[in-house]
Amino acid sequence: MSYMIKSLKVAIWFMFLTFPIIVIKVNTIENLVMWRWKNMFYMGVGVFFVSMLWRYLLERKERAGKSDVQDKKTITQTVMENPKILRIVVFSLLAILCIFPFVTDAYQINILTVALMYVVLGLGLNIVVGLAGLLDLGFVAFYAVGAYTYALLNHYFGLSFWLLLPVGGLMGAVFGVLLGFPVLRLRGDYLAIVTLGFGEIIRLVLENWNDFSMGPSGIANIDRPSFFGIDFSLEQSTIFIYFLMVLFTLFTIFFVNRLQNSRIGRAWLALREDEIACQAMGVGRTRTKLMAFALGATWAGLMGVVFAAKTTFINPASFTFLESAIILSVVVLGGMGSIPGVILGALIMILLPEYLRAFSEYRMLVFGGAMVVMMVFRPQGLVSNFRRKYSFHAEDERFGQ
Amino acid sequence: MEYFLELFLGGLTRGSIYALIALGYTMVYGIIQLINFAHGEIYMIGAFTALIFASVFSILGWPVAAIFIIATLAAVVYSSAYGYTIEKIAYKPLRNAPRLSPLISAIGMSLFLQNYVLLAQTSDFLPFPQLIPDFEFMEPISHIFSSAELAIVSTTIIVMLLLTFFIKFTNMGKAMRATAQDKTMALLIGINVDRVISVTFIIGSALAALGGVLIANHIGQVNFYIGFIAGIKAFTAAVLGGIGSIPGAVLGALILGWTESFATGYISSDYEDVFAFALLVLILIFRPAGLLGRSETKKV
Repeated sequence: MSYMIKSLKVAIWFMFLTFPIIVIKVNTIENLVMWRWKNMFYMGVGVFFVSMLWRYLLERKERAGKSDVQDKKTITQTVMENPKILRIVVFSLLAILCIFPFVTDAYQINILTVALMYVVLGLGLNIVVGLAGLLDLGFVAFYAVGAYTYALLNHYFGLSFWLLLPVGGLMGAVFGVLLGFPVLRLRGDYLAIVTLGFGEIIRLVLENWNDFSMGPSGIANIDRPSFFGIDFSLEQSTIFIYFLMVLFTLFTIFFVNRLQNSRIGRAWLALREDEIACQAMGVGRTRTKLMAFALGATWAGLMGVVFAAKTTFINPASFTFLESAIILSVVVLGGMGSIPGVILGALIMILLPEYLRAFSEYRMLVFGGAMVVMMVFRPQGLVSNFRRKYSFHAEDERFGQ
Repeated sequence: MEYFLELFLGGLTRGSIYALIALGYTMVYGIIQLINFAHGEIYMIGAFTALIFASVFSILGWPVAAIFIIATLAAVVYSSAYGYTIEKIAYKPLRNAPRLSPLISAIGMSLFLQNYVLLAQTSDFLPFPQLIPDFEFMEPISHIFSSAELAIVSTTIIVMLLLTFFIKFTNMGKAMRATAQDKTMALLIGINVDRVISVTFIIGSALAALGGVLIANHIGQVNFYIGFIAGIKAFTAAVLGGIGSIPGAVLGALILGWTESFATGYISSDYEDVFAFALLVLILIFRPAGLLGRSETKKV
């Protein structure tokens, strides 16, 4: 009962709070005021139930914190640890991905291609944020660097996609080091802000340096990728880029997975957990952080090239802070540091709004809210990362003596 | 010379606005070591609330002075309420979480508020009615320094004095300083830390709302996205002066305002925002503690 009363109070508070913004709509040009009292009613009812749920979840979270840590295996964990099931899952997914373009139309292929691009971008950012624990809010700058590398060199010198793909990745890495080097000393909040500033600087330069980047009007007529000189029709080209992205995604997953369990991957995890202890153990902070920045940026650069080739037109408006925020929420929602999590996050972020058209307008609202809710109730994301644990069991104890 | 004076006064106005917003950042950071990313959005909501109330009352035909007072009050009240609620929802449950969590939560909150205003109102730039009438107050300067700008600068000075007084001499101010130094210790000697944090958010939000009303009146338009840039610039100001330090925030804001004003005046106006960001990056690299900030000794 006290729940109800508290929630009622919260509902009334929110009705007051949101009153000017959602009830009144002014038209300052024609001097009209629209009163939308209905919204206030919806807000009150909605907040009442949300508040009840919020309180219930908070209480449950507190109770879970008090009881012993349960070591329940999640579904993903079971799948990941059983090679037989994992193989079946992976192969069936691959089969679906391969058949997909031949049973659907270009629109569907395009959406899935975009989703796969976000998977790769998410995995790239995951290296920086999830593994190394460095919050990078200017990730999109490297994406822009890759895209502009391809667009400009293709526009002025006519160089091909395949030649410029590694160049784009390299440029991403160079900019990653360029940014990483001066900000090595910073952590957490400061780092987030500096990377954000860096991203905005790149965008503003691209927007204003007309002689170099053609300013806000952008660069059009960028070549699509060719395949041994074969001329593709538009539809064939779409399918080609789709398969390219599938291969790219597989390669990235493989690469990041290996990276995670490598020396450098472990160094990142150690750095994320405790920087000072990490240095004391002889892990070089400079090298490790720069590696994380450079590798994350490389993926963004590569994706930038693919993005420019796919859309054949780029302008600075594609590289705003919002884009960085979307990629970040892919990583956060899915689960920082977890590869299946990032993939799931990207698919949810990109595919859901496409298929639920009515919902797409509310996309950023929902995801902004989801980021808050996630941090409060499930900071590890949808699919939490797990590490291999080594433990003694009763029968092993004699070895421990 | 007149051009220089114009840029100087323009920089002073900018700096005063940044100072009003930066105070909120710096106070919150001083107390809970959190960069409140949603602070820029609170400023934006303040400006929007003022616009809405001003429009409603101007259609009713009230006198401009009354409208100005009502709109400012409404902006301050609503922004404070938003600040208070945001803290309760997005930051309070995360007080003992790893540092990345509240930061991401703050970014989520900022996105949420932007899109909330975008959906409920509009994505267009809305014209803001002129609430402070133009009048000649001092003959030679009046035509390069309007009454709106005078209002901005004098408001900032008054607010600064009041805030200094509040923090130095009132019980709440003392509690705030104690909490900023050591939260656990403050709790032990009977300070209600939760209340202190709430009050900090409320004061910071109220100042941001004042900034919102004054700058919307000065520039003459409002948009859902204004909070983002203003937020970053105010943050730059706070960092420049030394985050956590109140005089530092004002000093940083003024330096930033003049830098921008002179750089756009003498170099190029295309790169207006780049100067602020570049300044931010440079300070963080060379003097992360800021001009007036103490360098933080790491507790082990």
